[in-house]
Amino acid sequence: SARKFTDKHEWISVENGIGTVGISNFAQEALGDVVYCSLPEIGTKLNKDDEFGALESVKAASELYSPLTGEVTDINAALADNPGLVNKSCYQDGWLIKMTVEKPAELDELMSEDAYEKYIKSIED
Amino acid sequence: SAPEGLKQTPLDALHRARGGRMVPFAGWSLPVQYGRGHLESHLHTRRHCSLFDVSHMLQTRVYGRDRVRFLESLVVGDIAELRPGQGTLTLLTNERGDIVDDLIVTNTAEDHLYVVSNAGCADKDRAVMEGRAAELRAAGGDVHLEVSGQRAAGVQGPSMAQVLQAGLPDDLTKLTFMTSTATTVFGVPGCRVTRCGYTGEDGVEISVPAGRAVELAERLLGCPEVWPAGLAARDSLRLEAGLCLYGNDIDESTTPVEAGLLWTLGKRRRTAMDFPGAAIIMEQVKEKPKRKRVGLTSVGPPLRPPAAILGPEGTPVGTVTSGCPSPSLGKNIAMGYVQAAHSRPGTTLTVEVRKKQHPALVTKMPFVPTHYYMAK
Repeated sequence: SARKFTDKHEWISVENGIGTVGISNFAQEALGDVVYCSLPEIGTKLNKDDEFGALESVKAASELYSPLTGEVTDINAALADNPGLVNKSCYQDGWLIKMTVEKPAELDELMSEDAYEKYIKSIED
Repeated sequence: SAPEGLKQTPLDALHRARGGRMVPFAGWSLPVQYGRGHLESHLHTRRHCSLFDVSHMLQTRVYGRDRVRFLESLVVGDIAELRPGQGTLTLLTNERGDIVDDLIVTNTAEDHLYVVSNAGCADKDRAVMEGRAAELRAAGGDVHLEVSGQRAAGVQGPSMAQVLQAGLPDDLTKLTFMTSTATTVFGVPGCRVTRCGYTGEDGVEISVPAGRAVELAERLLGCPEVWPAGLAARDSLRLEAGLCLYGNDIDESTTPVEAGLLWTLGKRRRTAMDFPGAAIIMEQVKEKPKRKRVGLTSVGPPLRPPAAILGPEGTPVGTVTSGCPSPSLGKNIAMGYVQAAHSRPGTTLTVEVRKKQHPALVTKMPFVPTHYYMAK
């Protein structure tokens, strides 16, 4: 499905009941070079807005928040050796976790790509 | 333009034109990083050379016959022993023996002491210095202060000497670490060049008349070796070099002894015990401090302040005060204070990051070897 965005700059895209989660291009640019990714263990149960990890640049840590309620089914193992994928390819190879979608209605509360673009403009001003 | 209330340096437009991302820092608007990013900027400084805008730092000139006596009444260092043109890092302390600021003091070859304070401490340093100067004058002493209108730029990295020599009438091989000269730089008169810095590399800080700071910076940046660098690289470079950040690693709750800055206590000053807080500080020297500043290294998630440091039994033994992944070493480095019993290099402690515990090794600093240009 189309990517949907949170106001904390995570995106989620759902295929066959499993959501893939990453951070937006705006977020990766603001964070700078990612040098370490703290990700949850597979099987971790998350509520919407729960902190599930952090991305670290040399300068700062940026916490990650779950866009939906569900259970972590996979993490992007490639990030352990190559955390810079989050910068190079935040919407493809730099995804973070996959999760189940326990409450599909929560998806409707997230922003479409267009709405997110407008949201970024509003916070940049 | 800068958010309301923030001071701008003369290089403000230059930073913006070169893609600097401006952030508030100690009341100033300063670049945190440029387009090439923090990592590249950090590594470029270690391999080549970077230009840092340090205009926010307070520069004070101390004039008068009693200027040495005046400054020694505020700091722990032996200022009287400084040869003309020689400078030192020293600590401004209070009566409790705590660190009010760390300063670079230079005995200029002219008629004054040149004092550089942290921007975040500028107001309190000024108040302390003005107060003491007034007291001294009331007692018949001869001292007066002048806040300099000059601004400053750091040029730091192994190719600094090659870059700067082209614009300097003086022989840079004679300007050793922590010495200073009043001179003309790339045609800009009225500059002061001091061989010092905050990166661990060979470097200088150039005090320049504010009206010609842009001209000097543009001239330096015209050299392909020199990239502009921001606060982010400045912080990771100083941490690799084991240098303290005032407000994080030292402040008004730490003493020179706890901070491991005993070397700043002048020999004559220790005997005379005539600096602020001397009784408390010298007692700590004798009895050994209860806690000490240490370096830590680890792998896994970066150690950031104020993470808790735990001992072998899982009990808290200290706190991280600075930390980042080291771009030069590819592992995490940090500074913190721990109970003296756990401060020996080689000791394995634990640091809590996001509720999980990770081993961290007490490690001697600097983390990355320094390359100061020392006298032979």
